[in-house]
Amino acid sequence: MSGADRRRRTYAEPVVAVTAPAFSWLAERIGGVEPTLNGMSGNGTSIVGRAGPVLVAMSGGVDSSVAAALLVEAGHEVVGVTMKLWGGPSDTGCCAVSDVDDARRVADRLGVEHHVFNFGDDFERDVVAPYVADHAAGRTPNPCIECNRHLKFDRLLRRADALGFSTIATGHHARVVATADGPRIGRGADAAKDQSYVLHMLDDAVLGCLLLPLGAMTKAEVRHIAADLDLRTAAKPESQDVCFITNQHGREAFLGDRIGLKPGVVVDRAGTRVGGVGSVELVTVGQRKGLGLAGGTDPHYVIDVDPTSSTVTVGTAEDLLVDVTPLESWAWTGEPLSGELELQCSAHGVPAPGEVVDNSVLWRDAHRRVAPGQSVVAYRGDLVVGGGIVGRRGETVRRRQ
Amino acid sequence: MPTSEVYLDHAASTVVRAASKAAWAAAVEAHHANPTGAHKAARSARRALDDARDLIAEMVGRDPAEAVFTSGGSEADNLAVRGVLAARGGTAVCSAGEHHAVLEPVEHADGLTVGLDAKGQVTPQALADTLKAADDVSVVSIIAVNNETGAVNDLPALAQVVREHAPGALFHTDAVQALSWIDLAPAVADVDMVSITGHKVGGPIGTGVLFVRAGIELEAQILGGGQERGRRAGTPDVAGAAAFAAAVKATVERRPDEVVRLGGLRDRLVDGLVDRLGSAVVPTLLGRGHDSEVAAGIAHICLDGVEAEALLFLLDAQGLRASAASSCSSGAQDPSHVLAAMGVPRELAAGSLRLSLGHSSTPADVETALEIIPPAVKRLLRHGGG
Repeated sequence: MSGADRRRRTYAEPVVAVTAPAFSWLAERIGGVEPTLNGMSGNGTSIVGRAGPVLVAMSGGVDSSVAAALLVEAGHEVVGVTMKLWGGPSDTGCCAVSDVDDARRVADRLGVEHHVFNFGDDFERDVVAPYVADHAAGRTPNPCIECNRHLKFDRLLRRADALGFSTIATGHHARVVATADGPRIGRGADAAKDQSYVLHMLDDAVLGCLLLPLGAMTKAEVRHIAADLDLRTAAKPESQDVCFITNQHGREAFLGDRIGLKPGVVVDRAGTRVGGVGSVELVTVGQRKGLGLAGGTDPHYVIDVDPTSSTVTVGTAEDLLVDVTPLESWAWTGEPLSGELELQCSAHGVPAPGEVVDNSVLWRDAHRRVAPGQSVVAYRGDLVVGGGIVGRRGETVRRRQ
Repeated sequence: MPTSEVYLDHAASTVVRAASKAAWAAAVEAHHANPTGAHKAARSARRALDDARDLIAEMVGRDPAEAVFTSGGSEADNLAVRGVLAARGGTAVCSAGEHHAVLEPVEHADGLTVGLDAKGQVTPQALADTLKAADDVSVVSIIAVNNETGAVNDLPALAQVVREHAPGALFHTDAVQALSWIDLAPAVADVDMVSITGHKVGGPIGTGVLFVRAGIELEAQILGGGQERGRRAGTPDVAGAAAFAAAVKATVERRPDEVVRLGGLRDRLVDGLVDRLGSAVVPTLLGRGHDSEVAAGIAHICLDGVEAEALLFLLDAQGLRASAASSCSSGAQDPSHVLAAMGVPRELAAGSLRLSLGHSSTPADVETALEIIPPAVKRLLRHGGG
């Protein structure tokens, strides 16, 4: 029997047997034993052999569908949950009723229960409102990271704990790796899909409760399994961009409804006016287009945005490079580390060597400016060792010779 | 650990009565023809449909000629509000605690809403204030018994207010929940349009009636073959109507006894929860017995510091089916607009729990619920509410 045949044989029929004993954990949970988030000893590298039921966050996409399927296959008592986070319009493949339908139908196919939790108030407070406030302050936030920090790995985890689940799982392409210092987030096997960057904030307590069944797989393998299982999400497109910003109306309309967008002047480093923008809050450090600059000169890039004075400062490609990037926050996953690390400034960006010292990144080689509000994630090898958010302290930016 | 299901969500949809199932089966067996046809088989089906219409109208104290069969309560509500607006224009007015099937059409037409008092009712004064301030009101819709809280509105008094302050307006009531709990005939005597549905009284889902008083101008919302006297196109569901009628008959005939029986069970349930949970239980409406201003079978409480969504999960896992506010289309729990309209703080409303009894409810259901609910609530209180 070939591998594919064997897998088909294992997976092809709906796994319905789990329905009957589902929730068997609950009597003891309610009656006596209190599972705690911190009391887990699992190393998280394997999805086999973990005790207790698993709450799987199912977005309605192919990744979390397959994550749930693998956990069922491994013999876990699985309950699927879809978080309803955004009540407004969405056309970016997230949070829509059709996604909830997909998640529910995949759960049906796997023979597991599916629930929907409405965390709309939390999402508005912890993700959307700060996103708007950041833009008003001239920063470039990453709401997906904040959603992970506050919703998936805090609110959902607390809900899971209250309901008697000591383990949750998601379909992220990253691994939970056991180390001598405790569990760490490691890069997913599929470099192009690696999501360790957006999970950098997870600490020991969370990682001890977390299963990431897809960490060792490529996206192609995930889709193959989904197709093998005849899951309706097998060929579903990836979700794109920010779920609460519609492609149709965009960031400008969304922010314009919530904060008054102001026009701004564009100046060069000497303070001479060289152009103008319609909405200073929408300008990002590193941006090159849409600045109203006269043609015929060298390319100019945004090197600073100050919404207080409605001023955007541009410079040359050379001016875009810095030796130091200020941090407004930083957290090491374990003990603080000194020495050179690999530092990554976007979800799939190329990491660059540098050190993290006194709330600053000191780059080994001059590095492109990173917009305030963006996250810098430190790796040692394939493991996340820390992360933080870039601040806006222009005066500390200086060229190291 | 109970293994069987304890169903306390009868206000969402109740168990189909034996008489209703029998009527459906008999009608399906006997009638295959389209009741609007001209041949003998069609006439036979038409007879069954009109027998059902007569019976339902008799049970509710209306003229059978008023009864328009619909696909359920939502369609009946939409037909009432939108049908009047389409025919006459003007402004629609409803309470802020209406079922969404009324609230959405009214808000969609930029209508006005009247707030609820702390007991979940529309006061004549509040309605009068709104009507006096409004121009050209063409339809007023006030729910008879609130589907979330069970609050009963004083329809005769509210009808009087409409006559006085908006004499040109039609008065509609969504009596979908009310049919199980109150004697509708006197309650709706001065009401122009009344919506009811089968699945709240032990009939099938997908059946409803809008009573429309003779002479009312109403534009059909479903166009086609002109069935139901031009008020609602589509081949009438003969078996559904027969089953609906059988359920209405059983409900109305047994109602005097059932409200006493279920009112007692409801009180036992609420008292038991208060005994076991103390101040965590905030009874939203202090309805007692069977003759209060709250429907006998509905126990609506708020659990201070508890997330209803988490509580429902734990109850469901142990076989207890209940609900909180209305569920949105995704299945997630949305904050209750009814409680908001009553002035209940959003945080307290997040812990709302509706336990609703119905014709198949037993004392054992209540005792089992009293075993299941308190430990689940206590667990969540230990976990920050869930």
